[in-house]
Amino acid sequence: MNKKKRIGVYICHCGGNISDYVDVEKVRQAVDGGDAEIVVMAKTTMFACSDANQREMVEDIKANNLDGVIVSSCSPKLHMLTFRNVTERADLNKFTYVHANIREQASWAHSDNKIGATEKAIHLVKAAIAKSRYADALETNKIKATKTVAVIGAGVAGMKAALSLAEKDTEVILIEKENHVGGRVAEWGSLFSSTETGKEIIDRLYAEIVRHKNITLMTNTEVFENKGSVGNIAIKVRTITEGTEKLTEYTVGSVLMATGYDHYTPKEGEYGYGSTPKVITLPEFKNMIDNQSGKLMHNGAEIKNIAYIYCVGSRQSEGENTYCSRNCCTSTIHAAVTAKQKFSGITNYHFTRGLRTYGKQEILYADSLRAGDIYLQFYEDGIPTVTNEGKKTLVKVNDVLTNNREIEVEADLVVLVTGMVPRANSTIGTLFKLPKGRDNFFNEVHMKLRPVETVIDGVTIAGACQGPKNITESVNSALSAATKSYSILSKGELETDPLVATIDPEKCTWCGACEAACPFDAILKIDNGKKIIAEINNSVCKGCGMCAPVCEPDAINLIACSSPEIMSMIDALV
Amino acid sequence: MGELNKKSAKILVFSTEKISDPAIDMAGLLKLHYPPTVYTISIPCSSGIKPSWILYAYEKGFDGVFIAADGSDCIYGETCTEKTGNIVGKTHNLMKEKNIDPSRLRMAAICSVCSESFVKQVRGFNEYLLKTLHA
Repeated sequence: MNKKKRIGVYICHCGGNISDYVDVEKVRQAVDGGDAEIVVMAKTTMFACSDANQREMVEDIKANNLDGVIVSSCSPKLHMLTFRNVTERADLNKFTYVHANIREQASWAHSDNKIGATEKAIHLVKAAIAKSRYADALETNKIKATKTVAVIGAGVAGMKAALSLAEKDTEVILIEKENHVGGRVAEWGSLFSSTETGKEIIDRLYAEIVRHKNITLMTNTEVFENKGSVGNIAIKVRTITEGTEKLTEYTVGSVLMATGYDHYTPKEGEYGYGSTPKVITLPEFKNMIDNQSGKLMHNGAEIKNIAYIYCVGSRQSEGENTYCSRNCCTSTIHAAVTAKQKFSGITNYHFTRGLRTYGKQEILYADSLRAGDIYLQFYEDGIPTVTNEGKKTLVKVNDVLTNNREIEVEADLVVLVTGMVPRANSTIGTLFKLPKGRDNFFNEVHMKLRPVETVIDGVTIAGACQGPKNITESVNSALSAATKSYSILSKGELETDPLVATIDPEKCTWCGACEAACPFDAILKIDNGKKIIAEINNSVCKGCGMCAPVCEPDAINLIACSSPEIMSMIDALV
Repeated sequence: MGELNKKSAKILVFSTEKISDPAIDMAGLLKLHYPPTVYTISIPCSSGIKPSWILYAYEKGFDGVFIAADGSDCIYGETCTEKTGNIVGKTHNLMKEKNIDPSRLRMAAICSVCSESFVKQVRGFNEYLLKTLHA
């Protein structure tokens, strides 16, 4: 273990994510030239991960002849690899890089206490400097990876991901808990900007899947157990057909999660839902117009006036769903335009909270305006009321577009524009320990930089299980997740950190305790010519460290977590 | 140390890279606040913690040590829970020998999504330590 002499430290603003709460200049001053003057350079940077800063780091490492680098920024889950690669580009061994997390574990965790957050950040960076002094140059280990991906969920995202992987010569186990494929898209009739119906798209994908030799499709099937880690994940699945249960085991290298979403179900009485059959949800309305012809009928009466109330179950400042469901504005206008084209005498009244027909979807909004649809707007503190007077159903609102004028519409049908909510059944997420965001959808590592990866190595996410998406966006994320899962396994082997256990032969007296503690049979009993001692089989050791605490003479240390490193970090943190 | 931090005990957390680290990171993401004198050292597995590290932390001035254990989610195997428990038991005995209150060492299984549980644990531990050591 060669202690470092010349360390460079970068402290990131992360825009304002860190510097809004942590005084980054104070952190820089606290560590610059410190720790027996081994910190020869300390800088703050607006975005440490930016290309410009990465280039500057390479120049700094070479110009200052650094033998260790620390970046104090976000979680290492996000950018550890980024900065390891930077050090490699500057001809430094990547394992000499040490990361300090001052965002998730300082600025954000203590955004209520800026002084405390800054003090903590200083301690965390000092602990990283202490650790950095011991960070040796190492070579990576390699393990075999199974070139098979389990795709969970056979909706449009899962189906496209499966096909994409199969085309890359990767085996796919496509697992669907229902007895049919297609998920929500299979429910849809006509679609915006497509001549195919949802069902036709799914039929086409299904035909490709059943023909493909690399895809094993399993319907009526759920995963109930998983073990192992990226490269070799053992899953057990349960298939139930006609009351018969069949259990199967697979080993896969990666899992691609595409489990979709649930429709929001309005609460009893929400905008009159449940009080009259005239109030229905958007999915029910879409189904009506897809399956009827001639006159549009509902509950025995012809429909002429339709009131659409937007953002039901979405954008709730005080409710569970604070997010925008993204696709509902477009979906509603598409349904309204379709209804007007297909059935005579339809008048559409849209009660909106501001429309979000982004991108090309604006064309549809323009079509709707040209067709004479009427748009009214409200804020959350003045939502429309739905009342039943005799056989009449009245929708009333103070329209903000006409200076809060009270406008009342007698509606033959009230369509509640319901959004997407996370799956009520969260069993699969719990099984794989997938983190969820504040919206309760599965969470990616980084919205922009690692948008389909999760903190669970080897598990990617696609489609609306990650948050509201339309079909195009779901397919985009599915292809991205498929490529990411493929890239993990494509070489047939994975590089793993060489952070294995080491034995001090002077201290070791061979008692066998380490051999008993090791779950991987990585401890060998050898005669080194002087005495019988333990030796680590580096190709089998996984670096868990279970052998270290049971060693009475304290002869075992884990690389990167040795006693001198941990104790020097404790010195810096206290 | 800032004025606000005088109300906080110094707690060293041993967390694990794959299991409890994500939960602690997510606690930050969700702005679930806890005392800023709670510091984390990340290791691969909670059953690799040496009792000597824990004793060293007390010796240097930490009020408490919290092991955010892998529990049954450990990627290295099912024996982790038992082995981490043994480490805690052994350390408790060593603490008694040195007249250190064993309740200054706590352990709880913190899974990768257990952010709220982590925050609840360290807040409660902080209150206990303030009451017993800094009253």
